[in-house]
Amino acid sequence: MADRADAGQGGAAHRGLVARHAPTNPPQPVAPLMPARWMYRLHRMMAPNRTYRRLANWLEVRRRPERLFTAAESLIKEHIFGCRMCGQCAIPITGYACPMTCPKQLRNGPCGGVGQDGSCEVYSQLRCVWLTAIERATSQGHCADLLLVQRPVDHRLWGQSAWIGYWQERDELAWTDPA
Amino acid sequence: MTGLSESKFAASLQRGAFTVTAEIGPPRSADPHVITRKVEAVRDWVTAVNITDNQSAVVRLSSWAGSLLAIAAGVEPIMQLTCRDRNRIGLQSELLSAAAMSIPNILVMTGDHPKFGDCADAKPVFDLDSVQLLWVARSMRDDGRLLSGRPVDPAPNWFLGAVENPFAPPTGFRADRLAKKVTAGAQFVQTQYVFDLAAFTSWLAQVRDTGVDERCFILAGVGPIMSLRALSHLETAVPGVHVPPDVARRLRGVPSSRTADEGMALCAETISALREIPGVAGVHVMAVGNEYRVPQILQLAGLSPAADVGRPPAGTHAPAAGVRVNGAEHAH
Repeated sequence: MADRADAGQGGAAHRGLVARHAPTNPPQPVAPLMPARWMYRLHRMMAPNRTYRRLANWLEVRRRPERLFTAAESLIKEHIFGCRMCGQCAIPITGYACPMTCPKQLRNGPCGGVGQDGSCEVYSQLRCVWLTAIERATSQGHCADLLLVQRPVDHRLWGQSAWIGYWQERDELAWTDPA
Repeated sequence: MTGLSESKFAASLQRGAFTVTAEIGPPRSADPHVITRKVEAVRDWVTAVNITDNQSAVVRLSSWAGSLLAIAAGVEPIMQLTCRDRNRIGLQSELLSAAAMSIPNILVMTGDHPKFGDCADAKPVFDLDSVQLLWVARSMRDDGRLLSGRPVDPAPNWFLGAVENPFAPPTGFRADRLAKKVTAGAQFVQTQYVFDLAAFTSWLAQVRDTGVDERCFILAGVGPIMSLRALSHLETAVPGVHVPPDVARRLRGVPSSRTADEGMALCAETISALREIPGVAGVHVMAVGNEYRVPQILQLAGLSPAADVGRPPAGTHAPAAGVRVNGAEHAH
């Protein structure tokens, strides 16, 4: 965990185009705009390789390009998933529905307050994001992902690019097999 | 696994005894006698009492202080701990304090959102979720490590529990979610109110399929519906509680003067039915505000006082045994 945080602090002191703290508006469940099947495919195209790693290395030591890259990432992900830029993307193992949009920001499954109609305990007019996540993951044969235990969020990473972290392969520390 | 020895509640479950716990809600005041009175009312009938942690997001006396009062009144506490009000520093501190005060059982849950309580304007914390908190508590006990990796010496000795709501969607995932909690460290689970036996049985079958029932003790949550007002409150205002139509019809079908009796009879029948189901290790009676009725309900269900449970005389500071009451908190 410590390595990850330290790595994330390369150039973290500056103000970027994206706030480096948790957004102050309360989280509300968001149904992703993109079908799960597309997302699993798209993800394969973004899997870490030498080119991406080189790009990540290049970005991490350049303030302005890194800020622009992070802002672009934020715009795209906010539009599709309601991303809040926690900087440690959980969606590859939650059917590409973001658990940080859960009002309790639960990363390990739905709470016990889900309504009989599948509504969120806090926003009864919205659908529980975990129901969406489970449905999407299961429909693509990824239900085993949901059994992985997600580690606590590192709150130092808010506002940082999760894509850069992913290409640098720091993401693996975010969850673990239930051994 | 270390230290089940200190928990009489754990010992009772391991012995295979049908174990009864009751929920005790701390007061919205600084009056210690409220807890003492409630604990004394159930003392001879239960193995342990759950002390809730600001249930329904309403400010109350804390669960660790309540647990100490329960110990003093002669019943072993199960201290509830929610993720709603403290970050990981506060939660670990709370766990260390519980260990220092010889509180032998900890029940971890997410907690109701502040929206439902008396401080709807409060900041919801949820820094860890219940699975992560169970993991932290288990690491403290089994590895003797805090989240930071620093050693905890001596390592605590808790019996760790979780909650589950078999009735909330997605019902197909609820057994898996319990499996996740058991993987993270839960050794027992207490469920949300069981009013729908068929749904409970089907959840239990799924739990058996995952093999989790062999790694954790399952206590079914039960409770009497004492009035029609309580019934409509449960139906509409408590997140995660499912009252099936036939139960509601039965309670609404009797004269209002008899609702309480009918509610208690229904609860007793549920307990009797649960006793017959293999894999149910006990029941957790949540009689919010009606704790003094618990012995009557248990008697109706054909249970006898848990007299065989050795517990220290009231007033000593050794841990004794326990259950829990608030439905709303339960399922999270």
